[in-house]
Amino acid sequence: MQKLTNGTSVVMVEGKTVREVIDNLDKQFPGIKDRLCENDRIRPNFAVAVNSEIITVGLRKQVEPDSEVHFLPAVSGG
Amino acid sequence: MSDNSENGKYKVIGTRPIRHDGAEKVIGKAIYGADVRMSGMLYGQVIRSPHAHARIKSIDTSKAEALEGVRAVVTSKDLPKTNEDDMIDLGEGMTRLKYIRDNILASDKVLYRGHAVAGVAAINQQTAEEALSLIEVEYEVLPAVVNVIDAMKDDAPLLHDTLTTDEMGEQTDKKSNIAAHLQHKLGDPEKGFKEADIVIEHEFHTATVHQGYIEPHNGTAIWNPDGQLTIWTSTQGAFVVQKQVAAVLDHPISKVKVVPTEIGGGFGGKIPIYLEPVAALLSRKTGHPVKLLMTRAGVFEGTGPTPGSYVRLKLGADKSGKLVAGDCYLAFEAGGYPGSPMFCGCMCIFACYEVPNAIVNGYDVVVNKPKSAPYRAPGSTQVAFAIETMLDEIAEKLGMDSFDIRLLNAAKEGTRRVDDLVYPRIGCVETMEAGKASDHYNTPLEGPYRGRGVATGYWFNIGFKSCVTASVNEDGTVNLMEGSTDIGGSRTSIAMQFAEVLALPVEDVNPRVGDTGEIGYNDVTGGSRTTYATGYAAYNAAQDVKAQMIEIAARHWELSADDVEFTDEVFKSKKDSSKKLNFKELAKIGSADDSPVIGKGSVNLGFHIGGSFATNIVDVEVDPETGKVTILRFTAIQDAGKAIHPSYVEGQMQGGSVQGIGWALNEEYFYNADGKMENSTFLDYRIPTALDLPMIETIIVEVPNPTHPFGVRGVGEANIAPPPAAITNAIYNAIGVRFRELPMRPDRIIAALAAKRESEPLEAVAGS
Repeated sequence: MQKLTNGTSVVMVEGKTVREVIDNLDKQFPGIKDRLCENDRIRPNFAVAVNSEIITVGLRKQVEPDSEVHFLPAVSGG
Repeated sequence: MSDNSENGKYKVIGTRPIRHDGAEKVIGKAIYGADVRMSGMLYGQVIRSPHAHARIKSIDTSKAEALEGVRAVVTSKDLPKTNEDDMIDLGEGMTRLKYIRDNILASDKVLYRGHAVAGVAAINQQTAEEALSLIEVEYEVLPAVVNVIDAMKDDAPLLHDTLTTDEMGEQTDKKSNIAAHLQHKLGDPEKGFKEADIVIEHEFHTATVHQGYIEPHNGTAIWNPDGQLTIWTSTQGAFVVQKQVAAVLDHPISKVKVVPTEIGGGFGGKIPIYLEPVAALLSRKTGHPVKLLMTRAGVFEGTGPTPGSYVRLKLGADKSGKLVAGDCYLAFEAGGYPGSPMFCGCMCIFACYEVPNAIVNGYDVVVNKPKSAPYRAPGSTQVAFAIETMLDEIAEKLGMDSFDIRLLNAAKEGTRRVDDLVYPRIGCVETMEAGKASDHYNTPLEGPYRGRGVATGYWFNIGFKSCVTASVNEDGTVNLMEGSTDIGGSRTSIAMQFAEVLALPVEDVNPRVGDTGEIGYNDVTGGSRTTYATGYAAYNAAQDVKAQMIEIAARHWELSADDVEFTDEVFKSKKDSSKKLNFKELAKIGSADDSPVIGKGSVNLGFHIGGSFATNIVDVEVDPETGKVTILRFTAIQDAGKAIHPSYVEGQMQGGSVQGIGWALNEEYFYNADGKMENSTFLDYRIPTALDLPMIETIIVEVPNPTHPFGVRGVGEANIAPPPAAITNAIYNAIGVRFRELPMRPDRIIAALAAKRESEPLEAVAGS
């Protein structure tokens, strides 16, 4: 997805929830919200990690100052 | 009968009670899918493609339908019409609905030998099988591609007319067999390699391998006239079956009930559905219950194995042995439809180590083989084979001990991985230290053609959704309803966690696995999540019961609930120590005077990627004349966080180790040039048995998981990751040949020894 962020791998952005983070990310890099979200939720083929914990509450997950938010492929197991 | 816990902290946890389902399983009374019988039931069977790749020109079922005793035949025409772009979320990301439906019953093309084409229901199994021979399918045979490298070439036959490459949600324009590409990058790998003192690079190949569960797939369905569909099936996830069946049949999920029978092995392979929709369609057509049992050949050829793979790995290290750079290219065979565990392989390749500069490029590639399914730590074994053997190679160049190089580089709390996630508290170092200190590792190995190898592997373990309900009986026993298929004794492990909270004997907690109408949603028994997540739900349910019992005691003593506590295994008044009742006494009082006590626990757990680490030590002896490799001694070490029932943890460790040994030495889908599997029975697909192996020794390490009340880490999967690499390292130390292709079959061993005798380079055999 670095094509959408002009090659930048780490981006600083404001937000108190994952939703706000994505909204503000989209202001910097238009189109990224559409890549990540659909029907007001994270697309099912993505997993979101906040401070390296894969979260299950989607956009409403609260984030703290200095939180790291990662977008990864969805994972499962066997 | 419970043993007293040796750790002193817990009453129940850490003991080894007899499992609740043990007696009925050993005397053959447990109900498995094949045991389901009902009045008027018909028997079904499925016809499968003999070709690896072909267009279906026509299907004539008239002669089959005319056979006496046949009641119905179904094809893809009986499935709802599918638009090319319809997508469905089955809990693991969006998938094309057409792929799911076509894999159940092929519509326009067959994409692998064994691909289901039609289903038949008849009055008995023999008639159903005879009917299959009367179904006439006209195929236009197409060129097949059964190898990931060939499938990625520009001139490879395309399996799908519309498939392009997905790159984290963005599609390329080019039609391809490459369904997805993922890249992770950390630091500056180019700089890292420039600064390295040692750089090595190799290619690795692994074969398609099946999970090898002893119980074949099965499904019995009854479709009532009111639209209520009930399915009995052996599955790792009744709710996932419910969701998939509802989607495939375009039927309201509220009208689909799934009853999970006991399961004779799954390992990930019983998460997808195969027979259930076919049974449902046949039942709808006939008005009768219909049961389908898959043949063993059908299991091999028609269900999902784990992918064959190609891995190219480059590692750079400094002269102390510290890894400074890594570059991995990996391509996994998805089978006929996209969805290999390539993403997991990308996550796992460097997971055991600190590699400050690393890049991984992963490719999910369709080939004319059965659609791959998860197999115990999917993707992790394939990549561990590469990195763990190359680490040993670096260690040898530097004159380092195999454990020392691993400990020098081991991932720890705070290590940032190539996918940029940071580890919480993990047990990687502890498993390696336990290995280095073990009796096995410190016992000399002597004798010709004998060698010892070590390796470490990882799985991240998932969390997700589980729920349980607990109802207290008047005699103080508890009925615990759960929704997690019991694999490996999990219903007892879950009951133990419930019992611990209330200081109950686990024999007084009666766990039962309910169907989708009896319990709330539970995600699959898989991903090493069940003891962790469903156990957590049981813990919460027990807390709920405790709170209700405190209320009952308070009412009984006419106190406020704040004046009652549960401590020292009794409910007691804080103000009057003579007022105390144990659980049984209070349950009896409550049953007379109070509302029924029903506790619930419901969780939706995120998960840290700390997971579980596993380390192996293996001693082998190679017979230079036959090429046979004998496992002399095998030690499996794994971090369980907290072993709820140590016997079940050991069982998981041993089971995963045995599967890894088979993967290393014998197991593979043997294809001919036409894409036909030639060894689709257990006679020719050789899995290890108890006669082949010594006792697998186990060492449980406990580094508590900070996110679980008892510190539990799932243990079902990480144990399959290291064995092939450990055995490869052992064989190298035995005969001086380093393999880079699995399996290390006897003929390959013989050829490698012959080449070595002729002074060919020491590097092995295939894929160097």
